[in-house]
Amino acid sequence: MERVIEFDLAQRSVRELNDLLHGPAAELAGCTVRVKHPQGKHNLAVGLTAEVDLEIAGDAGYFVAGMNQRARVTVLGNVGRSVAENMMSGAVRVRGSASESAGASAHGGLLVIDGDAGSRCGISLKGGEIVVGGNVGHMSAFMAQAGAIIVCGDAGPGLGDSLYEAVIYVKGAIAGLGADARTEPMSDTDLVRVGRLLDQAGFRHDPRAFQRVASARTLYHWNSEVHQEY
Amino acid sequence: MCGIVGLLIKDPSQRERLGEFVTPMLCSMGERGPDSAGLAVFEERVADSARRFSLFCETPGCDWIALGRRIEAELGAKPGISFAASAAEFAANLSRPDLQAWLSKNAPDVHILSVGRSMRLVKDEGHPQEIAERYGFRRLAGSHAVGHTRMATESAVSPLHAHPFSAGEDFCLVHNGSLSNHHMIRRKLERRGIHFETDNDTEAACRFLEWRMREGDPLETAIERSFAELDGFYTLVIATLDSLVVVRDAFACKPAVAAETDAYVAVASEYRSLAHLPGIEHAHLFEPQPERIYAWNV
Repeated sequence: MERVIEFDLAQRSVRELNDLLHGPAAELAGCTVRVKHPQGKHNLAVGLTAEVDLEIAGDAGYFVAGMNQRARVTVLGNVGRSVAENMMSGAVRVRGSASESAGASAHGGLLVIDGDAGSRCGISLKGGEIVVGGNVGHMSAFMAQAGAIIVCGDAGPGLGDSLYEAVIYVKGAIAGLGADARTEPMSDTDLVRVGRLLDQAGFRHDPRAFQRVASARTLYHWNSEVHQEY
Repeated sequence: MCGIVGLLIKDPSQRERLGEFVTPMLCSMGERGPDSAGLAVFEERVADSARRFSLFCETPGCDWIALGRRIEAELGAKPGISFAASAAEFAANLSRPDLQAWLSKNAPDVHILSVGRSMRLVKDEGHPQEIAERYGFRRLAGSHAVGHTRMATESAVSPLHAHPFSAGEDFCLVHNGSLSNHHMIRRKLERRGIHFETDNDTEAACRFLEWRMREGDPLETAIERSFAELDGFYTLVIATLDSLVVVRDAFACKPAVAAETDAYVAVASEYRSLAHLPGIEHAHLFEPQPERIYAWNV
């Protein structure tokens, strides 16, 4: 039978919650942990390694589900900056909106945000995948190295500045591209990839409505011939 | 770091509860700024001819009653002085230059923190929770308030270096961030005869904006000018007699979140500062965009 653990942050501390979630992975595997009254507290469910389902009933603060491995974390509210930062694997779902640096530096796993993400979404992404149901703020995907970001709404200014090999797919308007980012035609591989990620996120959009943003790779090598004005 | 908060109560029947709402907002930002804190509250306006003065005494154990009596006897103004610990507030038919001149001569350890028809300003060194209790922030009433919890990074920890900073009348601001060209701004303003109280970077921003408004700029124009003038990182919450304003620099890396309902507008560095407000679950919640001016009127 599925084991459900209820945890009330109005009664107990964040440290107690994280201690519980850092217990032996084998004991937590297959469990569902429900967290009540998060009240925007920081550092909830960081560093999880167990294959556990975690549901946070409300708004979470900074770094929720940071460094996640294997766990499936759902936040039934908004989240502060750096949700799922440095995630390695597993899945994080935000039912509301996210503040800045969502999914920063994530190496793996899937981050889905139903609402909007703030500035610097997917900054320095290293292989994780991010699907945003709404808009993303300025400087999103800055220096992103690998992985993909799907934006179903609009993207703010400076999108994909100094991109490496991560790819961004945007359905709505792009306020402006950052240095060395460019739009490119969608290939069949892109359409399949966008379709798969939209399916995983449960969003209904036509992959053909997205445009691909990737690195023009002009910043990969130092060019002493040009003025270094950025 | 540093924590900033602002609250404007739209529903006049709730203004009695301003302190009750804003004090937990301020205290919950204690982790962002544990070394000092301050709060500016816009209370009922005094008559046109009178001014409210907020004072701070650097020497502990100031005899405010005796000071009030001397002001009454020597300046001919009857100040109904209210005080706690190192801070006092009174309203009287006095001008700032007259009071300043008298204090410089007779009580040089007493500073004028603010002047206006409505604004009361209290700031001091210590943990925000302790300061809120020391000065009874919960009991304050008014239309709007701004507060700050400080983690000093660029100038000394002292009551006068704490925020909010005020210049002119009924004008103050709090700042999360740091300005890298504040010495330049200071030199420019000092050449125009503008006097600084501290070497704090935020004071330069405060006096720059107040100077522009004195020169005739509406606040929004003054802020637009400051985009070119201020070099650094900032989220600012600004208050005037009848408005509350939030603005962030072009990079907007210093946090801010705003919540608006029919009853109030609240802004803070972090959501957890707002989590206790009534009806927050249905509030319009958003992050202010870079270099966009958000203003709400009383």
